[in-house]
Amino acid sequence: MGKVVVVTSGKGGVGKTTSTAALGAAVAKTGKKVALVDFDVGLRNLDLIMGAERRVVFDLVNVIQGTAKLSQALIRDKRVDTLFLLPASQTRDKDALTEEGVGEVIDKLRSVFDYVFCDSPAGIERGAQLAMRFADEAVIVTNPEVSSVRDSDRIIGLLDARTMRAEQGEQIAKHVLVTRYDAGRAARGEMLSIDDVLEILSVPLLGIIPESQDVLRASNLGAPVTLSEPLNTAAKAYIDAARRLEGEDLPVVVPFERKGFLDRLLGRRAA
Amino acid sequence: MNVFDLFKRRSSAPVARERLQVLLAYERRNRSQPDLVSILREEIMAVIAKHVQIDQDYLQVSMDRGETMSTLEIDIQIPNKSAVPMAIAG
Repeated sequence: MGKVVVVTSGKGGVGKTTSTAALGAAVAKTGKKVALVDFDVGLRNLDLIMGAERRVVFDLVNVIQGTAKLSQALIRDKRVDTLFLLPASQTRDKDALTEEGVGEVIDKLRSVFDYVFCDSPAGIERGAQLAMRFADEAVIVTNPEVSSVRDSDRIIGLLDARTMRAEQGEQIAKHVLVTRYDAGRAARGEMLSIDDVLEILSVPLLGIIPESQDVLRASNLGAPVTLSEPLNTAAKAYIDAARRLEGEDLPVVVPFERKGFLDRLLGRRAA
Repeated sequence: MNVFDLFKRRSSAPVARERLQVLLAYERRNRSQPDLVSILREEIMAVIAKHVQIDQDYLQVSMDRGETMSTLEIDIQIPNKSAVPMAIAG
């Protein structure tokens, strides 16, 4: 039985889809069978980040409504052959998803794949709740910034109350993935530190992804950063996070910025 | 005071952290219960309605949260009897 992992955040624009693609690809590269499911019905983007936007024929809603088989809707990645994408529908509205239908699709995926990553839409409404509903684990994507941390806290509350596991009295394993971390700003006290975020949310840390142009470039090219540029720092941070997700005990190193003499003197970046 | 302190920007992260801690402590406490202010508002409205007919808009309930104490502000306007017909007429 595979593991179902929801990638969620509450707030939009923090990097859920990018992180789903990067983590999923990193896990798939180790030989595990991985399915990425886009739950953002009406505003799908995982296909674009994965570079599969021109290969979408059927989607999650088609499968739920029975107009397509799951095997017809799954798109196999061209770079990693154990990686698959189940796109969201672009045309229908969010009500096209039913809890029963989603449950059936997740069960089928779980029986075939080692990992099922559910890319949640932003918000705390129905779509986000369905994305987390059948999850065993949750990756909460958070930027070190007040509104993102607040929304993450809200989502943690939902994970502990509205998921199938929570309702059955079981724990859902939660991990915080801090993205867009700027070591320089954190050092200057202009950004919440990792310790602040962890203390406030009291959820264990999965990884710290530094703010990076490479991540944007990977999105532009339609390739998860862990596949296109696996040696750069953001990709390495994602690969390490994926290994931790698989249970490896790997220490997290907080990125730091090397300071020059003048910076030290002034306590901030000279520029 | 060091002369270089003049060049230092005051760091904002500790402020962010403190604001979040206060806010989230409150939000977590209230997560399981429905919105207190709207419950109070409804019940106060029901008590008043037993004796005086007032419109929903004449009752304002607001809560100002402090760290150690919160204040509940209730503002009820009861129109004078002579004013009522005018209000209806208007």
